Amino acid sequence: MLLEPTPDQEFLKETTAKFLTSQASVAEIRRLRDDPIGFDRDYWRRGADLGWTSLLVPEALGGGSVSGRGLIDLTLIAHEFGRHAAPGPLVPTNVVAAALAASAVGPSAPSVSTEHSDVIGALLSGRATASWCMEETGGFGRMTTEARRDGQEVVLSGTKRPAESAAQADFLLVTAKTGEGATQVLIPSGTPGVSVRPMQTVDLTRRFAVATFDEVRLPIAAVVGEVGSASEEVEHQLRVAQVILNAETVGAMERAFEMTVEWAFDRYSFGRPLASYQELKHRFADMKTWLESSHAIADASAEAVAAKAPDAGLLISVAKAFIGHYGGELIQDCVQIHGGIGLTFEHDLHLFLRRATLNSSLFGTPADHRQRISTITIAEECAG
Amino acid sequence: MTAAEVEGVEGYRVRARSWIRSNLEPADFTTLEAGLAGELSEAEELAAIDHERRLQRKLFDAGYAGISIDRDYGGQGLSPAHQRAFNEELTGFDYPARLQVPNFSPCAAVLLDFGTEDQKRTHIPAILKGEKLWMQLLSEPSGGSDVAAALTTAVRDGDEWILNGSKIWTTGAWWSDWGLCLARTNWDAPKHRGLTVFIFPLHRDGVDVHRIEMLNGSKEFCQEFLTDVRVPDSDRVGDVDQGWTVGTRWMFHERMLYNSPLITAPPTGRPTQGAVSPVGVARDIGVLDDPRVRDLIGEARMLEMVEGELQERIGTAVRSGRMSDQGAAIARLYHGVSAARARSINFEIAGATGAAWVDDDGSAAGRGIDFLMRQSPCIAGGTTEMARNVISERVLGMPRDRTTDRDLPFREVPRGPAAGADSRS
Repeated sequence: MLLEPTPDQEFLKETTAKFLTSQASVAEIRRLRDDPIGFDRDYWRRGADLGWTSLLVPEALGGGSVSGRGLIDLTLIAHEFGRHAAPGPLVPTNVVAAALAASAVGPSAPSVSTEHSDVIGALLSGRATASWCMEETGGFGRMTTEARRDGQEVVLSGTKRPAESAAQADFLLVTAKTGEGATQVLIPSGTPGVSVRPMQTVDLTRRFAVATFDEVRLPIAAVVGEVGSASEEVEHQLRVAQVILNAETVGAMERAFEMTVEWAFDRYSFGRPLASYQELKHRFADMKTWLESSHAIADASAEAVAAKAPDAGLLISVAKAFIGHYGGELIQDCVQIHGGIGLTFEHDLHLFLRRATLNSSLFGTPADHRQRISTITIAEECAG
Repeated sequence: MTAAEVEGVEGYRVRARSWIRSNLEPADFTTLEAGLAGELSEAEELAAIDHERRLQRKLFDAGYAGISIDRDYGGQGLSPAHQRAFNEELTGFDYPARLQVPNFSPCAAVLLDFGTEDQKRTHIPAILKGEKLWMQLLSEPSGGSDVAAALTTAVRDGDEWILNGSKIWTTGAWWSDWGLCLARTNWDAPKHRGLTVFIFPLHRDGVDVHRIEMLNGSKEFCQEFLTDVRVPDSDRVGDVDQGWTVGTRWMFHERMLYNSPLITAPPTGRPTQGAVSPVGVARDIGVLDDPRVRDLIGEARMLEMVEGELQERIGTAVRSGRMSDQGAAIARLYHGVSAARARSINFEIAGATGAAWVDDDGSAAGRGIDFLMRQSPCIAGGTTEMARNVISERVLGMPRDRTTDRDLPFREVPRGPAAGADSRS
């Protein structure tokens, strides 16, 4: 998380932290375990009032940031989500709102479709949520779902999974291929031909589904941007999603680490605290190093993605690979130091282990991102 | 100079960039790497040192030496941010790489923190001009990580001190001019309360410098034997028996490594032993398309880039007081572990060529030797175990390990059979 937030950013973070402490308690998260939606609608609306959904949308469209750099502001919210293992579709709603806004205000944007600006408004207010149907099976980046133009309509076929909140959201943004290019289509839930099958998942409150599109026909106005030319936007959306996930995981790591440091001071074995054993102290030193490193690379990559810097692709993959790997390592070591209690449902540690585990797999595993880093590195060195 | 007269960092950067581009040669670290690998003759090494002394003088004459050091001592009186801007512009250009650690940090840094006005006015300008190169006489053969257990002894004789003992792991002592030395001045006090710091020239009677051959052939490290070395009391740094106050700060500067505001070096691409590109190794072996090799290349780049960001974060946090000085141990630990991992990665990519090679093997040649030396970044400059102690005890506040030597007079502290039966003074 930012080392030196501005006073406005500090306020944004503190407001969300207080709200989550009272509204997303560990008891509430456990209660939501079997809830089909995974979050309370009123909770989400109130969160939207705190800025959870509006930071990536420009003021002209009803959004606004606190620092002029909405993605950086959003990492502060996401960090608190991680610290509380908080419920709610933070990633898909923000990515979809940003995608709709980008298509509405970009230099090559067609005139703002009323339909899309209504959806933006609904997402910003928290009255509605969205799902981004992006990932597929068969490896990170694989895309078989197709969108083809048929007169004044666009036709979608394929299967997306895991799609966060696809069974709960009011709108689905589906990313598909059209020839060599990408097309994105906004679909209201309940559209004929769309079926969603809920999946099981490691997280207690995040919900995922298999979304299948069987020759789904929509008016051409449902297309976000232009048919077949959305590849660049899709790549940016991926990076934004990865920035949010990384910030969340760093929050979860930080909380699990704090809990375990406290445990090490309080728990006595053989007449002295765990924190006095050098073997354990050295592991805490390693964990502290992974935690600070994760903060550092999460912030640096968020800056690069927010600025659309030339090295944003490299930095975000470095961050996703590092945090994905060491987030799991850190929290699993916290479990180990807790012993058996750390594996029980009653203990809170698993709430953070769940969130970090989920996030490390979404939008590219550490191994997927190491391949990307390698491709970029080889291209740089072999060109230079 | 008032704050208003201090040149803005961005303007300074532009001026520095222009000077660097028209006055410095492109970086070529082949000599440096050859030296670290023990492949240079003594004459070649000395020629390389002379070249760096001239480079340092060039920086001084142009007003780019000691950028953040006070003008009273020959520096430029600017901020660490100016030094960082200069360092960033230095990427890709030749600079006095051997003159940074330990010459500027920790040696010059300790003099600036604890030296008398006379000491600072005499020695800092000579360091800035490249006239005198300093090294640290800290570790001892008997001590390892337990630096405060120094046995090298200084006994007062009128206005002088007489030093006897041995110091080890002194980088480049054979071509250095002055040393900063931690010595025991009181055997009856507990170990941390009987130490004092001295400075003295190395090329003199009573100081025997021996070069140590490392397993890869490098002879950069030395051991010194001090026999009745007389040092005037005016060359004492800090108070008598208060050397641990100096020593604690000394080791902080050591852990800061290249993050110190006294260091002139590009933030990335600085030459470190073992910094061979895994892409080069893979290309020269013909395995660039192997997905397992690509995974290793990705891991190596990840570790390297995270290190840069971590150094930046820790540096900022320490400078702004959000983290104690001891936070530098976090960056030190990361560096040791990731540099060791980088050597393992290169060795693994090299395959059988890692074990047996010919000169034509390019970047893959010699990776097995790097692997044999793999632990050196986890040992040199304070071991990673000591860094872990510092992080857990000083950053996280965990209880210190129980020791038996803290309150005993030092002469009664057990030193084990390895110290020999007659080693007590």
